Amino acid sequence: MKRLSSPGPVEASSVSAENISTLSRRSFLGGLAGLTLAVGLPGQIALASSLDSSNTPFEPNAFIRIGVDGQVTVVSSYLEMGQGAFTGLATLAAEELDVGLDKVTVVPAMADVKRYANPLFAKMGWNLQATGGSTSMSGGWVQMREAAASARAMLLSAAAKHWNVAPSTLAVENGEVIHPASGRRLGYGQLVAAAAREPLPDKVVLKQPEAFKLIGKQGVARVDVPAKVDGSAIYTQDIKLPGMLVAVIAHPPRIGAKLRKVDATRTKAIAGVVAVVEVPGDAAIQGGVAVLARNTWVARQGRDALDITWDESQAMAEGSKEIFEHYRGLTDEVGIVAIERGQIVDAAPAGGTFIDAVYEQPYLAHAAMEPLNCLVHVQDGRCEIWNAEQWHTGDQALAAKELGLKPEQVIIHQLYAGGSFGRRANPNSDYVVEAVRVARSAREQGIQAPVKLVWMREDDMRAGYYRPLTVHRVRLALDNTGALVSWHQHVVGQSFMTLPEGAVDPVLVEGAADIPYAIPNFKVVQHAPKLAVQTQWMRSVGHTHAAFVGETLMDEAARAAGKDPYQFRLALLAQQPRHRAVLDLVADKAGWSSPLAAGAPGTRRGRGIALQFAFGSYVAQVAEVTVASDGTFSIDRVVCAVDCGRVINPQIVAAQAEGGIGFGLTFLRAAITLDKGRVVQGNFNDYPVLRMNGMPAVQVHIVPSDASPTGIGEPGVPPVSPAVANALLDATGTTFRTLPLLGALRPA
Amino acid sequence: MRTFINAPRSGTCRCRGFLRSTIRLIAMLELNINGQQHTFEGDAEMPLLWYLRDEVGLTGTKFGCGMALCGACTVQVDGQPVRACVTPVGTLQGRAISTIESARENRIGAVVQQAWIAEQVPQCGYCQSGQIMSAIALLSTKADPDDSDIDAALSGNICRCATYRRIRAAIHRAAQELKA
Repeated sequence: MKRLSSPGPVEASSVSAENISTLSRRSFLGGLAGLTLAVGLPGQIALASSLDSSNTPFEPNAFIRIGVDGQVTVVSSYLEMGQGAFTGLATLAAEELDVGLDKVTVVPAMADVKRYANPLFAKMGWNLQATGGSTSMSGGWVQMREAAASARAMLLSAAAKHWNVAPSTLAVENGEVIHPASGRRLGYGQLVAAAAREPLPDKVVLKQPEAFKLIGKQGVARVDVPAKVDGSAIYTQDIKLPGMLVAVIAHPPRIGAKLRKVDATRTKAIAGVVAVVEVPGDAAIQGGVAVLARNTWVARQGRDALDITWDESQAMAEGSKEIFEHYRGLTDEVGIVAIERGQIVDAAPAGGTFIDAVYEQPYLAHAAMEPLNCLVHVQDGRCEIWNAEQWHTGDQALAAKELGLKPEQVIIHQLYAGGSFGRRANPNSDYVVEAVRVARSAREQGIQAPVKLVWMREDDMRAGYYRPLTVHRVRLALDNTGALVSWHQHVVGQSFMTLPEGAVDPVLVEGAADIPYAIPNFKVVQHAPKLAVQTQWMRSVGHTHAAFVGETLMDEAARAAGKDPYQFRLALLAQQPRHRAVLDLVADKAGWSSPLAAGAPGTRRGRGIALQFAFGSYVAQVAEVTVASDGTFSIDRVVCAVDCGRVINPQIVAAQAEGGIGFGLTFLRAAITLDKGRVVQGNFNDYPVLRMNGMPAVQVHIVPSDASPTGIGEPGVPPVSPAVANALLDATGTTFRTLPLLGALRPA
Repeated sequence: MRTFINAPRSGTCRCRGFLRSTIRLIAMLELNINGQQHTFEGDAEMPLLWYLRDEVGLTGTKFGCGMALCGACTVQVDGQPVRACVTPVGTLQGRAISTIESARENRIGAVVQQAWIAEQVPQCGYCQSGQIMSAIALLSTKADPDDSDIDAALSGNICRCATYRRIRAAIHRAAQELKA
């Protein structure tokens, strides 16, 4: 692809969105209307608002637009944060329209709940445009294909009228409508004007799977990759508007601390500092003091030069140690019963075994590579936001509320996210509202310019909204035949869901209350204490902690019963064919029936298996470890079997499983700890996420399926930490109930 | 490098000595970035990262940590991989700075980028400029790196999407391509 204009800075000459994508490569209307669609280089993000729909020749619905050049534009209501949503949606549309992906451009949708509400969230009663819960493909599977099939039907009708033949005698092929009997062909571009006058079909027939050319096929490349290898992909961090100021903020140093006073004398003496603003904080929004400057460097220097006195009288006095202690105590309390069947046994049956296990897992930070940021331009009666939105209309509503505007007066321009893992879907819109407050405070000082709030890494890591810290206590009973007869689990952790008092939080107990094993006496109890620490979902959510507990305990139970952990699980899954299928596949591919090869002298090797059902998908993994004589261990290989229903793009499914495994391996290494309400960790030196040298070989195997697609962004995460712990148990005989592993055994 | 003494003022967090805590050096520098000359005038302590991103408009070089811990800001200075977030512009007069935006202009860079596409490496993509710049530097000094060479050269570059396996595969692919 040849560049038609220089790549220069991403600098919009006005706030209209087409300038953001910087480059135009084709004229959408042949120059007639003078409208140029900003589609950019391959994979560069273009914005839906850059299309004036009144000038778009053919826009049969909210998701599909086709130009006179035959180019198809697919509107994504989902954020592209690495999970491959853009490519998946483009594939679904291209399949129905029978075009190659080179004929498809993906643009992100504007925030508009009427057109783009998440269909799976709507089923749960949430009328929200948002990306999460691994729903993009399961939600788009019908919605996007129907949208494209509607467009196809209208193109066919238009061609049928033009040729005066029955629509049933026509077909589509490679971007054209064809009349096989006569050999006549018309490109979509030639038909769009007529197609736009056709009525919307009442119902459409979707392509049969046997005819798929793209769905499920190898070699369909991601649409966003080219722009992500040459530095041209645009993230919020990269947007620069004319006159824009960068804000760097000083947050309170402890949870619950408030600003008392600030002396900005030194800050204001720094050349390039434009303003210092106080930013109101509350329980949900950090707030503090922001320094606005011409560039990020000056703003950061200015922030660091502030002399702030904090009021710490209401600050949180406890730390992680005290929270764990409190939580351990709660496991003796009654709690809220999430599920109960049979009669649980809280003592060893005659001749049997009783296990009473307490698990501790810490707060975790999402720590996406792009620290949180948000660009806000508050104007009279409106506000424009440039951001990678995972919580599109939630953020729109809370930004509007903050400014006394209607939601539709807040225009949100969607960008790529440099990772998110759930963090940009904040139920309180914390970083977005904070950016709005910075911009509003600046406006009160007479600053009209757009303001981009940029959190430094330490601000990002210390700003809360963590994966909750949890304590699980599980009491298991096996009878004298080794049968697992009773499972009694207490789950203690904060809830971040809005629920009535006393309600079960399905997110807190997910992956625990719904374990698939046939255990006759079973009870899961939740305790959701309220703390000042803010928490939220992180990639695979409740499963991040539940799988480690449940799946390591299954191995302990198998050992107590003297059984092979794979066979022990299978025996409890008689009614669960899809669970069994992934277990069988992973055991086969990992060579479970053959002994693990020995390691070098002085090392011990072990192998562990784990299974989790999450976000509609079934994942089993086998991990192989080598433990050195000094107690450090390496993870040599992870074999993964996935059943996520029909696969749209096998390469992306494998990539998400690999990435999920890498994400889950960080659980073995890193923790956010609190000390007297202060977050101890601040950067990657003390929050040691997985690096290249810790990444094992990974082999992903996919179970063929014609069931509807289910999630893949998240389900790869949960099984890996228990699979590794089980491998360590196999190698050393030691059980692990606390993460991260910082004891005698630790990651190399 | 010409320096001027700015009006005295009190220090910032980056000030390391008495002199720096009381005066500020304003530098005028000629910087060679991707083969083009840029005149820099300002605080010589400014990290190259922010000059590239906020002043020159080369936003392919990313901000990730600000402490040389994540590698997202990796560029090359005279062919060596350098973390732009901790490299003051004042150290760069007369040296050749290259960023991801010019990677395609030399053979190794172009081959590495093609290998990244062939292996479909990126997910969110935010760290990939830095990964690619580190990979180019590795392949410039070691034509056929093994996995431990790759680990040594790339473990300073964090990818939270954990695309590490594909990065490794792409480097091997590029090495084979460059040998051909």
